[in-house]
Amino acid sequence: MTALPRAHQLGLIGCAVCGLVSRAPQFADAGCSRCGSVLRRRKTASLSRTWALLIAAFIVYIPANVLPIMRTASLGDVDDNTILSGVVELWNKDSQGLAVIVFSASIVVPMLKFLALLVLLICVHRRSHWAQPQRAMLYRLIEFIGHWSMLDVFVVALLTALVRFNVLSSVEPLPGVIFFGLTVVLTMCASLSFDPRLTWDDEEPHE
Amino acid sequence: MSENEAPDEGIDELPQPIVRKRRFSASWIWLVPAIAAVVGASLVIRSALEAGPQITISFQSGEGLEAGKTPVKYKSVVIGTVHSLGLSGDRNSVLVKVNLLKSAENFATASTRFWVVRPRIGLGGISGVDTLFSGAFIGADVGDSTESRKDFVGLENPPSVTHGSPGRSFELQSADLGSIDVGSPVYYRRIQVGHVTSYQLKPDGKSVSLHVFIDAPSDRFVTQATRFWNASGVDVSLGANGLKLNTESLATVIAGGIGFQDAPGPQDDTPAGPDTSFVLFGDEATAMRPPDGEPSYVRMRFDQSVRGLDVDAPVEFLGIDIGHVVSVNLDYDEKTQRFPIIVGAVIYPRRLGRAQTKLSAIAAKHGDVDNIAQTVGVLVSHGLRAEAKTGNLLTGQLYIGLDFVPAAPKVAFNPAAKPLEIPTVRGSLSQLQERLDSIVAKLQKVPFEKIGNHLDDSLGELSSTLKHLNTDLLPQLKGSLQGINNTLGSADKALSNDSPLQQNLGLTLEELQRTARSLRVFTDYLSAHPEALLRGRRPDPAPTRAAPASPPASPPASPPASPPASAPPGGQP
Repeated sequence: MTALPRAHQLGLIGCAVCGLVSRAPQFADAGCSRCGSVLRRRKTASLSRTWALLIAAFIVYIPANVLPIMRTASLGDVDDNTILSGVVELWNKDSQGLAVIVFSASIVVPMLKFLALLVLLICVHRRSHWAQPQRAMLYRLIEFIGHWSMLDVFVVALLTALVRFNVLSSVEPLPGVIFFGLTVVLTMCASLSFDPRLTWDDEEPHE
Repeated sequence: MSENEAPDEGIDELPQPIVRKRRFSASWIWLVPAIAAVVGASLVIRSALEAGPQITISFQSGEGLEAGKTPVKYKSVVIGTVHSLGLSGDRNSVLVKVNLLKSAENFATASTRFWVVRPRIGLGGISGVDTLFSGAFIGADVGDSTESRKDFVGLENPPSVTHGSPGRSFELQSADLGSIDVGSPVYYRRIQVGHVTSYQLKPDGKSVSLHVFIDAPSDRFVTQATRFWNASGVDVSLGANGLKLNTESLATVIAGGIGFQDAPGPQDDTPAGPDTSFVLFGDEATAMRPPDGEPSYVRMRFDQSVRGLDVDAPVEFLGIDIGHVVSVNLDYDEKTQRFPIIVGAVIYPRRLGRAQTKLSAIAAKHGDVDNIAQTVGVLVSHGLRAEAKTGNLLTGQLYIGLDFVPAAPKVAFNPAAKPLEIPTVRGSLSQLQERLDSIVAKLQKVPFEKIGNHLDDSLGELSSTLKHLNTDLLPQLKGSLQGINNTLGSADKALSNDSPLQQNLGLTLEELQRTARSLRVFTDYLSAHPEALLRGRRPDPAPTRAAPASPPASPPASPPASPPASAPPGGQP
């Protein structure tokens, strides 16, 4: 890797959007001459933003799990479910497949995202050279599974819209689902604000 | 852009970036987790603020209760939820931990009651149907107490009166519960105005105390003079007006009930205060009777059998029920070596009505202490005696009759004796019985056996006589009857139309007719010619007349001849 020159060593900068390679600007705020998007050597304040959003996501994740996300009422039998109790109920009602899907989408994926971002951030901070290609892959994985995280929110939204039989049965969303949605959005933002190029930086300081 | 080719080697044609303005500081991003933290903290604070006290309720059963789900409701408003369920240390009850809402803090006070609302089907109706679908919930009812409390014992049945419902509660005393139950209706003029809320045994175990709740507008009808009675079941009475069937409502027949009404007549009609105690009478008739007042215990000593005299048999004074028998006991008299029967009875002097007031007034005038002993003493000296009388000839049941017995032997009466002893006389029926006994004894002296033997002998003789009659006399009788039959046959023949006797008789009668005619002719002639008696008959002027008078040959023709014969002796002088 040391053999390959870095863009900043060559005095160049690449546009993150259209890929146009420009001269490295002398001033802070530069834009791509082709697409007009911001040109930065690295994303601005990537680490602090990622940290901030990650922490916010984590804070929001707690009420998302503690508060009930959905109320199902059938024949007067009112049942409030949190994500976990919903999973347990699905499992107990012989819908193990569904339970696994909901569990992985609502619990495993967000937790994975938290963990992966944490690992990435910590490694960047320590300028670690450890498993750099794998870390890059991990980042791509986060980007990929991020699309699936809203599953729970969709489930609640769909059920609420579909199951409306007044007395017989009805489903209504509860505050938990808002927090869950926020968690997903915040983790997505966090992974967006993370600059994967930092993984390859070593000696020079970022920013 | 490209004119500024300051830096590196051969890439001069690369474009120069344009200058952009920075919009906001990167560190503002920390606002996001800050806001999230604030929101999270506010949630925590809010739930902490909303969380009321946690209380523990113990129930006999946790049926239908679910942790985290079952609500606690007061007037159908949720005031908390069940947090967890567990068994008590001795495993006898279920401990239910309930998280009350902050707003329901004042439910954690000593007088609050909790119960599980489940669907219930009782004689009085069905309740809690909604819980069939929604599952059980815990009902709560708050009281007046402000004393804080965390541990409660749940009621097994919903309280029948919730706190603050308009109306009043009263206490009823009864000897037994009858078929009344919690929730049994209370009727006023056959309108349901309340219900029984609770009952319990008195601490001494000798009576039952019931609590009834009368709903608001009707509770003012409960006055100091109100009488309550047990309206359960059917009251069938057979009176002078025929069979009468009386019941408050069909529901009371099954579920029991209580009726109340003011006693008849002028009385104190100020409304009774809450928790006033009343007596619960057995039936309406008893309830409506004037109050009995203080009972007095009297004792009677009977020397004859009192078979048929039961406890509760009435004691009647001149036919008026004034009390009842409470005990019938055997005693032994050493002197006479007999077994007298001691009958104890309770009498209610107030039932004597006006007589009692007058008697006590007289007693007071005489300066006596107004007590029953004095009055009874006077009555006994006038011949008042107790007597076991037959109330029912079929069943032989006895009652005690207090009557004035004329010419009763004088007895010593001790007014100071406790209990009061009323002298007795033998009942008329027992006297009758005695007389019957003596008759029977006399009858027993009759030598029935000897008479029987004689009768047997006579009957034997009679039997032989009859046999003789059968064998000897009857055949002869048969012969005689035949003879009679023959005789009658010949008589019949003799009397028939063509018999000679009949013809002779006809002839004879004809002769007699002729004779009568000639006699009439003779008398006619004689009345016309009386001289013929002297001169004899003149020759007939006309031959026509001779025809009827001419036959002189027949024997009855002699009378016309005889008068001339006898006439001469009469006519000659």
